[in-house]
Amino acid sequence: MSNNSEVGGPLAGRLDQISLKKNFSDLHPPLDSHEAAVAADRCYFCYDAPCVTACPTDIDIPLFIRQISTGMPVASAKTILDQNILGGMCARVCPTETLCEEACVREKAEGKPVQIGLLQRYATDVLMNVDDHPFERAPSTNKKIAVVGAGPAGLAAAHRLALLGNNVVILDAKEKPGGLNEFGIAAYKSTNDFAQKEVAWLLKIGGIKINYGKLLGRDFSLSGLRDEYDAVFIGAGLGNVRSLDIDGESLGNVQDAVEFISSLRQAEDLADLEVGSNVVVIGGGMTAIDAAVQSKLLGAHDVTVVYRRSVEEMPASLYEQELAKSKGVKFIYNSRPVQIVGTEGISSIKFQNTQHDTEFSLPADHLLKAIGQIMDELPLELSRENNKIKVDENFKTDVANVWAGGDCTSIGEDLTVTAVAQGRDAAINIHASLSGEI
Amino acid sequence: MADLTSSFCGIKSPNPFWLASAPPTDKEYNVRRAFEAGWGGVVWKTLGVEGPPIVNVNGPRYGAIWGADRRLLGLNNIELITDRPLEINLKEMRQIKKDFPDRALVASVMVPCEEIYWKDIIPQIAETGVDGFELNFGCPHGMSERGMGSAVGQVPEYIEMVTKWCKESTDLPVIVKLTPNITNIIYPATAAKNGGADAVSLINTISSIVSVDLENMAPNPTIDGKGTAGGYCGPAVKPIALNMVAQIARTDVTAGLPISGIGGITTWRDAAEFMALGAGNVQVCTAAMTYGFNIINEMTSGLSSWMDENGYTSVDQLVGKAVPNVTDWQYLNLNYITKARIDQEKCIGCGRCYAACEDTSHQAITMSEDRVFDVKDDECVACNLCVNTCPVDDCITMVQLLPGQIDERTGQVVAEEYGNWTEHPNNPSKVAAE
Repeated sequence: MSNNSEVGGPLAGRLDQISLKKNFSDLHPPLDSHEAAVAADRCYFCYDAPCVTACPTDIDIPLFIRQISTGMPVASAKTILDQNILGGMCARVCPTETLCEEACVREKAEGKPVQIGLLQRYATDVLMNVDDHPFERAPSTNKKIAVVGAGPAGLAAAHRLALLGNNVVILDAKEKPGGLNEFGIAAYKSTNDFAQKEVAWLLKIGGIKINYGKLLGRDFSLSGLRDEYDAVFIGAGLGNVRSLDIDGESLGNVQDAVEFISSLRQAEDLADLEVGSNVVVIGGGMTAIDAAVQSKLLGAHDVTVVYRRSVEEMPASLYEQELAKSKGVKFIYNSRPVQIVGTEGISSIKFQNTQHDTEFSLPADHLLKAIGQIMDELPLELSRENNKIKVDENFKTDVANVWAGGDCTSIGEDLTVTAVAQGRDAAINIHASLSGEI
Repeated sequence: MADLTSSFCGIKSPNPFWLASAPPTDKEYNVRRAFEAGWGGVVWKTLGVEGPPIVNVNGPRYGAIWGADRRLLGLNNIELITDRPLEINLKEMRQIKKDFPDRALVASVMVPCEEIYWKDIIPQIAETGVDGFELNFGCPHGMSERGMGSAVGQVPEYIEMVTKWCKESTDLPVIVKLTPNITNIIYPATAAKNGGADAVSLINTISSIVSVDLENMAPNPTIDGKGTAGGYCGPAVKPIALNMVAQIARTDVTAGLPISGIGGITTWRDAAEFMALGAGNVQVCTAAMTYGFNIINEMTSGLSSWMDENGYTSVDQLVGKAVPNVTDWQYLNLNYITKARIDQEKCIGCGRCYAACEDTSHQAITMSEDRVFDVKDDECVACNLCVNTCPVDDCITMVQLLPGQIDERTGQVVAEEYGNWTEHPNNPSKVAAE
């Protein structure tokens, strides 16, 4: 096994192909049918089950698990997808440890919840593999709806709108659909090009057209969409990242974690990716964790996540932090960067400990910034709240016939599953509104 | 250390665990392994008449039902009696008895219902040195179509007749194996007793179709597209067997007749339960077929430890200990009142008790917004369904209301005295108190 992890500077090919393949294989290998039967049997079929309450998309979890245990995985997948059309991806990326599995009564009883995420993956994988699309469109409404963004919110909205008989055109800035599912999730959570397969499967509903390379504000305007379509759904996500605003930020080898992850996801060959020997990740969310773990898996010698607040306040779950630690990532808390030091590329970063007001320095040849994503510039007519699009409980914006959902809105957590729920519910409201039901 | 040695109707064995007449006792090879593993005795696979042996199907002969993780709960079979020549079986039995003189070796027998067959074969078998006989009046498939097995066991007169023939043919103990495929176990058990049986053994397998292959629309196990009823056994049949054993043990006409308990015995505890209900020893089959002969070590050590902990020094002391507490419904104390109590510390909030009570019982459990479950004493009839559906041990228990307390459901004070249905005012056949 080649390993030149200690050679300085961002460098490609720190690990050989065999190691890379192993490192970026499925984080949680899927259950086989017997394992699924055993795991499913642990479900108590709770009354008014807490896991369902904890699921942003309200999947009937006890029902889908019971359908697995009775040998009907396809019917089980239908139960999942009825509520969450991206149930396959959510099974892979949901922080189940803070959602359904945290609420599972067996977590309370034994500290070992039913493996809801893996069971959901089992059922949806079976359905994807038989290539069945068990949804049929309602008769046409002759309504045309524009969806901005082919990420989780946009795709969920588009599918539900199409299902209800509407025609949908999605406009996405990138050349591929999927949004963060394609460009943002850690590679070991979405192996074998799953994001693209899932979108291809989703589009089988029919009535959805995607136009790529179309950025709101550059290639089309909201007012133009409102003129052309009966309604508009904006699921544009967060296209920009925060900056540190400290000295040295423009030095070489200072990179946005989002960009690092995106290039990793799009890489033909992981050995082509450059990663430092001493990688420092600044931030405390999932992006920070994903960037740190993947740096380590690419062969970085030392990877440290530095977060400005305490361990308890870290947005990434304890489970995710543990996962990162198990891969060799180090964590420093209560510290904020004050200066990035270097000549052409960076050589070290100065931090201030926010509790003791002391300074320390970490050597670094690669800095990944993961301090949060923010909105791209938005059409002025949309009202803002907390620097995001303001929506009401039906995901309606202040502009007539314009709805929004997902990370770009001011409500809900920035999770794939939340985006799916919002896209779905916005679609239901759009349909009801256009058909005069409300 | 408790003494596990057993003497069952005069047949001695180092422990009360015998292997039942079935595939595990089919031949010398298996029986030798069983005895080496520690089994106290075996009932050899049922012997039939001399001549060309019977044949078995050549497709699958077992079917099963499973619980979680494919734990085998019930097994069904369409195998017949031994398909090996009589003389080979007898030769092997003689050798086994010689090599394991301290173990019980019992011959299971099934021949046509004519005196000559029984009187011919019993002395022949006796020459091997076996300790006794078990008359197979139980098999519910194949042989019964030929007028043997359960076809005999379902007619008390035949049981009595054949038992007499056998008793006339030997001085060795004769055990009559009973079929559960009858309406009342007392009739065949009485017939066995009247025929002079030294003991009964029960239950044989229950006539069953274990499952249906929905693709081929045929019962399992399927032989070339067809299936047939087989004999059901394993853990799933234990409650049926326990009841039949208890009925024989507590009914005047059969009480005292030694019983060899059979039916789903898988652990030492199962065995202890059979013995408490009157079985003098037990026979095991499915558990050995599922896990192999080494389970005997758990059974003997478990029974021995439990006996030590509870002050039993010999198995005889345990036999029948629970029989006096088996009664008829009409004698149950209606003044014994309990209420369900939920241990909130143990509750994990699954709500199964709530669903069960609300949907299918007496609407006696409340559920709060934050998933706290409580019992409504004014509705609780103490049915025990919540206890049975709760996935947590001892989380819900039934607590007795003491005499003098008020039962909120009826508003009545709990009476101190025993009171049963026979004297209840609602009973139209009530016997007036003197």
